[in-house]
Amino acid sequence: MAKRDRLSGNEAVAIALRQINPDVFPAFPITPSTEIPQYFASFAANGQVDTEFIPVESEHSSMSAAIGASAAGARSLTATSSCGLAYMWEELYIAASNRLPLALALVNRALSGPININCDHSDSMGARDSGWIQMYAENNQEAYDNMVQAYRISEHPDVRLPIMICQDGFITSHAVENIELLEDEEVQKFVGEYNPENYLLNPQCPMAVGPYSVTDYYMEAKRNQAEGMRHVSRVVLDVAKEYKKLSGREYGLFEEYRMDDAERAVVMIGSAAGTTKDAIDRLREQGEKVGLIKIRLYRPFPASEIAEALKNVKAVAIMDRAEGYTNHGGPLGADVMAALYRAHADALAVNYIYGLGGRDVRVKDMENVFAALKQMMADGDAGETYRYLGIRE
Amino acid sequence: MSYNFKETMNKPERLAPGHRMCAGCGGTIAVRNVLRGLHEGDRAVIGNATGCLEVSTFTYPYTAWEDSYIHNAFENAGATLSGVEGAYKALKRKGKLDETYKFITFGGDGGTYDIGFQSLSGAMERNHDLVYVCYDNGAYMNTGIQRSSATPMYADTTTTPVGSQSNGKPQNRKDLAAIIAAHDVPYVAQTTFVQNFKDLHVKSEKAIYTPGAAFLNIMAPCPRGWRYNTPDIMEICRLGVETCYWPLFEVEEGKWILNYEPKKKLPIEDFLRPQGRFKHLFKKGNEYLLEAFQKEVDRRWDELLFRCSR
Repeated sequence: MAKRDRLSGNEAVAIALRQINPDVFPAFPITPSTEIPQYFASFAANGQVDTEFIPVESEHSSMSAAIGASAAGARSLTATSSCGLAYMWEELYIAASNRLPLALALVNRALSGPININCDHSDSMGARDSGWIQMYAENNQEAYDNMVQAYRISEHPDVRLPIMICQDGFITSHAVENIELLEDEEVQKFVGEYNPENYLLNPQCPMAVGPYSVTDYYMEAKRNQAEGMRHVSRVVLDVAKEYKKLSGREYGLFEEYRMDDAERAVVMIGSAAGTTKDAIDRLREQGEKVGLIKIRLYRPFPASEIAEALKNVKAVAIMDRAEGYTNHGGPLGADVMAALYRAHADALAVNYIYGLGGRDVRVKDMENVFAALKQMMADGDAGETYRYLGIRE
Repeated sequence: MSYNFKETMNKPERLAPGHRMCAGCGGTIAVRNVLRGLHEGDRAVIGNATGCLEVSTFTYPYTAWEDSYIHNAFENAGATLSGVEGAYKALKRKGKLDETYKFITFGGDGGTYDIGFQSLSGAMERNHDLVYVCYDNGAYMNTGIQRSSATPMYADTTTTPVGSQSNGKPQNRKDLAAIIAAHDVPYVAQTTFVQNFKDLHVKSEKAIYTPGAAFLNIMAPCPRGWRYNTPDIMEICRLGVETCYWPLFEVEEGKWILNYEPKKKLPIEDFLRPQGRFKHLFKKGNEYLLEAFQKEVDRRWDELLFRCSR
């Protein structure tokens, strides 16, 4: 039976973690993710979980300890934001290459500098090539639902890769909204027991983890990792189907909002999708054919599926909440445009950088984006394809 | 604890031969003797910071380690084993594991004194039930003999080369054993290869079987970096102890104990002379450098005596 509640995104993820009852949770506080380990520490202090909570001395150590725990045969995770993620950089690659299915509850925040504690995606976008599965949420409900589904995806025998469950700092992590929670037993049954095949604490068979690999083997190891990634989309959809039966909520690789007959579309990630939906509803009332694609699974990138969803669109704006410093746009822009190119699409495409360091995105801003797309269609030309939204020039 | 040399040396090896460490390497001597401190039948998970030991003993697809083993990165051996030990506690609590495991991690002085210092400090302060073993050869040997904070003063290294304006490393070495002792962990000891390995064996066993965090600092000479005649390693270690350059001591529950006091403290020249990295100290006109070195050894020895007499 579902329980209705009012929770922040951080509370929602912490509750999901309590329900999952993982084995080891090393953590180091950083705004705005701090509340997740903080709530969890109180669950541990009150005997509501069996987890070994390890308050380490840095994020580098939280990821290092999570890797050690996962290799040892435990279901492990950590939580962080921004500079904390940057500090664990090297470890992200090691977790993935060791094929360790640990989780990271990431609360997106701008990277320094200047130091800023508010939302953008520069932290996780920088880690997009680290070999982690990345899933994003629009709101607290999605953050909760993604967390509950996380280990089913990462621990799947065809996948065995770490997973990053991302939500927008403050906008989602701290805003209190309505939410529907599953019962503890439902979550436990859905997630199931973790029974790894090979692990350090296996008395039947010792194991060595983290070899030095010469040129003869390194490339095959990386190719094997890619093989795990190739199965992720299928597993994500299978798990989502099962989750729908349990929760009634439907998930895919991305959400299509009023895309059926859309001529103009926005592609984006995270909480600003809610604002964009409002803009779309208003414009639709005026008869404008506009829609949204909101990315849920960003790594691996569902390129052909997105190109397919955009096939009838005449103009598209790809919204990046992170700079790429390529002089022609951000990472999502590059991914979507490459997908369109491969699909021989002829839609006009522009890439906006928006919302950096928590810069507010209003309904009006998104209406302006759709107006710009309309102008592009009228001109038959995209014009400047690398744009900033809401910047003081 | 009674010590039987023959019996101890005849224990089954837990670091198998066939690894690619240099002949005469002090690192492997340290590892094999620490692992002899494990009681037969007891299981262990071994951790390892990046370094010579790791790249030479676990070169895919071969491993020399009989026990479960994890290498993560250069700077996080302490944190990595914290996680492994945390997993052990959690799996025990959930009734998923019956067997008893011990946790031992090895790092060189680069991974321990320097880049892994924070991770080590955290693991010690949290008092995880593990042993951190530093095999201290006083420089970054894996990358080609660069100075570390464990390098003794005046040593010729590739980043503190002796030159017309340089006498080698200008600074004294960091006293890591004292720093870890200041973490108030249950057991800290410093040792090397002397007395038929009795000191090393007894301390390893104590470190492994003392509940909570333990730290062993083992002087493990590197023939390439120190430039001595390779077969003379045992003599080098003996001289390190007899000159009071590398005293044998332990800190049990905060109490400092001196394990060995030379009957006649040898001059530091005896330890330095056989090592090519100190060759320049014996040039005419450099006597004052030897004097300064001796003064530093004396100062530290007196400080240790004071700590142990309290």
